[in-house]
Amino acid sequence: MSIVVESVSKRFGDFVALNDVSLNVRDGSLTALLGPSGGGKSTLLRVIAGLEQPDSGRVLIAGEDATAKPPQRRDVGFVFQHYAAFKHMTVAKNVAFGLSIRKRGKEEIEARVDELLKLVHLDGFAHRYPSQLSGGQRQRMALARALAVQPRVLLLDEPFGALDATVRKELRAWLRRLHDEVQVTTVFVTHDQEEAMEVAEQIVVLNHGDIEQVGTPRDLYEKPSNEFVMRFVGPVSELSGRWIRPHDVGILVEPTDGTSEAQIDRIVHLGFEVRVELSLGDGDSTWVQTTRTMVEELELAEGQIVWLRLEAEPVSV
Amino acid sequence: MSRAFGISGDVLGRGVAMTYLSIVALIPLAAVLLESVDGGLDTFWSAVTTEQAVASLKITLIASLIVVLVNAVFGTLIAWVLVRDEFPGKNIVNSLIDLPFALPTIVAGLTLLLFYGPDSPVGINLAFTRASIVLALLFVTLPFVVRAVQPVLLELDREMEQAAESLGAGKATVFRRIVLPNLTPAIIAGAGLAFARAVGEFGSLVLITGNIPFKTQAASVFIFSQVESDNPIGAAAVSVVLLLVALVVLLIFGWFSKRALRHEE
Repeated sequence: MSIVVESVSKRFGDFVALNDVSLNVRDGSLTALLGPSGGGKSTLLRVIAGLEQPDSGRVLIAGEDATAKPPQRRDVGFVFQHYAAFKHMTVAKNVAFGLSIRKRGKEEIEARVDELLKLVHLDGFAHRYPSQLSGGQRQRMALARALAVQPRVLLLDEPFGALDATVRKELRAWLRRLHDEVQVTTVFVTHDQEEAMEVAEQIVVLNHGDIEQVGTPRDLYEKPSNEFVMRFVGPVSELSGRWIRPHDVGILVEPTDGTSEAQIDRIVHLGFEVRVELSLGDGDSTWVQTTRTMVEELELAEGQIVWLRLEAEPVSV
Repeated sequence: MSRAFGISGDVLGRGVAMTYLSIVALIPLAAVLLESVDGGLDTFWSAVTTEQAVASLKITLIASLIVVLVNAVFGTLIAWVLVRDEFPGKNIVNSLIDLPFALPTIVAGLTLLLFYGPDSPVGINLAFTRASIVLALLFVTLPFVVRAVQPVLLELDREMEQAAESLGAGKATVFRRIVLPNLTPAIIAGAGLAFARAVGEFGSLVLITGNIPFKTQAASVFIFSQVESDNPIGAAAVSVVLLLVALVVLLIFGWFSKRALRHEE
């Protein structure tokens, strides 16, 4: 179901968490709310879920005004960063919770719980308690619990934030596949641009309670609407007073038209990617992202004088 | 070298702990036990089965049971209000909870007698009735459940409740199915301590209950009267019964409390 947020504002004392925010989330899409902490992304998610009341503005779910509805009646599944597992219940009871509230029959509940535990790869863990699961397993349980009641909207608040890097990567890919399978409108909050780019179809960049830009991952990277977005969604480097992506700069060993002279300070090998740090003639420093092949081909060395050339149009901000 | 030192350190610690426990508690308890059977088991049995002894034990146990049930409910409620509500004077109320711990129990008894006695300013006279036993015990055991539940409630993950709400649970269901099960171990632990305290309470009962045999004489007061009338064996025998009751109750409550926490292992 679609979600429409209309001019929502929310303050906590003097702190403006959301400042007249409007947003459209298409039915069945997978959207990321991306931004630094304190940017308002979690507040926006909680307003959509009904866990926070906006000071002004409206929230529509599937075209219906849900602003005055309590969370119980919004039909949203919510997943918390720290899992919010019902620690006194088994995994099966956790997943069954929403269905038992809805007074579904015992057999129907059992069948649905089985199905969901398979979906999140937790079959065989039904009778464990949350304390006996790893963080990644707990979060998958929380997802199954949220999906059990077939919500119209799935909301995830930094769902992988408390997990270690490997599990995080795994779960990202898995969330993406899960979304393709269940096709429920999904919004998740993250402060990690790579996570947003990898998982989402649409990214909403929030900062200081305002939406800075809404677009596809590629849009945001290639056509950022301002310097904040540009810096937030990818690496930046400066050349002749212009902001550029550091992989859009070529290194030449001979000067040609429109090149600037620079000296290599440091070459950092990051596997396939190589980071070359340089000092420009005017004393400014910059860096260029290139490949191992290129460095070997040009036989680059620290201390060497090279010439830099812009190889793509600088991103217009 | 350091290992040997470590072991002797452990042994030393254990030795000091056990010696201390023995001097302060175990040896005196054993002395009571010995005294109670000084005249043989028959004497012990006849001492605890005199009509007056049985009546006093019954009064104590029934009153303690009522008090624990009431304070389990209201203690939890007070803890809830103190943790979840904001109101002016909350800190003062929070400190007042400990007053029954700090107050000499005889003062508690006197206070209750002044307010709920023959000269009650509100016209409620409970003095020398069985209700006065319950009243005094309610007062002195008030802090146990409150103080046991409060920290658990503070630590309780609020997001668990929000998750339940987003899954469709109303306030009452959230309390019954999410909050209460997580508080149960603490409620049981607090109730166990309150019960043990109620069974042994003396000071607050002495003034307000009037100590009428078969009517308002609690077991602890009965023991005191036996000591005064020079019957140390009878006093020790009933003491041992109280001791056993308290021990068994603590063990049972401990077992329940642990069972309710088994999911955390």
